[in-house]
Amino acid sequence: MTGGVTRAEYCVVACAEAWRGDGEILAAPMGAVPRIGARLAKLTFAPELMLTDGEAMIVGGDPEVVEGWLPYRAHLAMVTGGRRHVMMGASQLDRHGNQNISCIGDWKRPKRQLLGARGAPVNTLNNPTSYWVPRHSRRVFVERVDMVCGVGYDRVAAAGPAASRFHDLRCVVTDLAVLDFATPDRALRVRSLHPGVTAEAVREATGFPLDIADDVPCTREPTPAELRLIREVIDPEGAREREVPS
Amino acid sequence: MTAEEAVGRIRSGMTVGIGGWGSRRKPMALVRALLRSEVGDLTVVSFGGPDVGLLAAAGKISKLVTAFATLDSIPLEPHFRAARERGDIELTELDEAMMMWGLTAAVHRLPFLPVRAGLGSDVMTVNPGLRTVTSPYEDGEELVAVPALRLDVALVHLNRADAQGNGQYLGPDPYFDDLFCEAAAETYLCCERVVTTSEFAEAGGPRTLLVKRHAVTGVIEAPQGAHFTSCVPDYGRDEAFQSAYAKAAADPEAWREFTERFLSGDEERYRAAVAAFGREGA
Repeated sequence: MTGGVTRAEYCVVACAEAWRGDGEILAAPMGAVPRIGARLAKLTFAPELMLTDGEAMIVGGDPEVVEGWLPYRAHLAMVTGGRRHVMMGASQLDRHGNQNISCIGDWKRPKRQLLGARGAPVNTLNNPTSYWVPRHSRRVFVERVDMVCGVGYDRVAAAGPAASRFHDLRCVVTDLAVLDFATPDRALRVRSLHPGVTAEAVREATGFPLDIADDVPCTREPTPAELRLIREVIDPEGAREREVPS
Repeated sequence: MTAEEAVGRIRSGMTVGIGGWGSRRKPMALVRALLRSEVGDLTVVSFGGPDVGLLAAAGKISKLVTAFATLDSIPLEPHFRAARERGDIELTELDEAMMMWGLTAAVHRLPFLPVRAGLGSDVMTVNPGLRTVTSPYEDGEELVAVPALRLDVALVHLNRADAQGNGQYLGPDPYFDDLFCEAAAETYLCCERVVTTSEFAEAGGPRTLLVKRHAVTGVIEAPQGAHFTSCVPDYGRDEAFQSAYAKAAADPEAWREFTERFLSGDEERYRAAVAAFGREGA
């Protein structure tokens, strides 16, 4: 059962770990792998986590039932009340954690219009935020993002105490590694490499200099029970493998 | 009233708020009526979906106030994207919480409401008119003063309404439709079915009565009026049709054909064309 752990499965476990110790808060995953990770966390080491059905219902229990109602405006109150940890995507991300999902190029007339700022500003200023990047590349990890939607450590410090009061960027999970901001200047560094990934490969795929310690650990192995849950209970259709192909 | 009569009350240059969210419970019958009208130069306020896409493609929007535009199951709205890349629309890009508080401020006749969202982000850069406000209390926090989003007209689509303008939603989320209605000088409430007031109680409890008649100018009955966006429990999103919409939007010739086939007639013709499309796929 433990044989042949796929890269996607390491990513699922790394995402699940993001919510460890968060307590009774809403886990808000964006993307297939974070969604699977959040459910894995809830089914194993973080049963107190709250999860939605992707729309307005909070679901929990075994078998799963609706335990609460969370329409958008109540969801926003979880955000601003800080009772939520979101894992967002990022079209661009810089070393300070500034994230862009709005557009590529000049904002006035973008080369590529994307989603728009959506809730990235309110998320990053109010509740713990992590990021999920399914393809770690220089296109995503850039020196400077074209529009700051999610606010990074440098910008939030410059914006003053009201901005930084509840600001808390936790980690960035990619298909190559887990990164965090545990450096003196709160810049990205590699916390762990997924098994089979070299430091050189991560540096190569990152558009700015990256701190990787010589003794950087590997992302932890899934337990046999976790693998069974991922493969048989949470994601039997294999959505994880489509998001992170082996 | 009819969708044409409702749209007939809208003048070029007005600020129009559109309810729903993304590709969910959008007042598409009213949007389609707008497409057939001469009205243009609109300022549109919306949690954007295909409403924004269709109006942008038709050149009806000069200014857009939004936090995003999406088709949900298709992440990016193709016409919104193309309009932005052509530089066709002036955009006021806000965070979605700022949108909610801007509408709330308008409902409560306040000039602004303070929020933390926006600080440090480029939402402040691309909207140089946004101001901050300092808390007069001990904390002294400097927060963003989100200006009221006052609307000339609001367009929303609910599951049921009575003839007086009371509106009932039966799906999982009210979105911000009640705020749109109360933030507007005039509101046009479109619904799947007009019912007698006494029928409300059977369909759902008190919390389903979202829109109240004091905030509604006219009621329009339009079955499938939110199509192709979702209007649960009456119907879900028409994913096959939405895919066809997105595919056509990517190519000018295909878009002309799509417009000719689906958007050149009234709602009855639209429903007939959609039914024919459904049979082809079956």
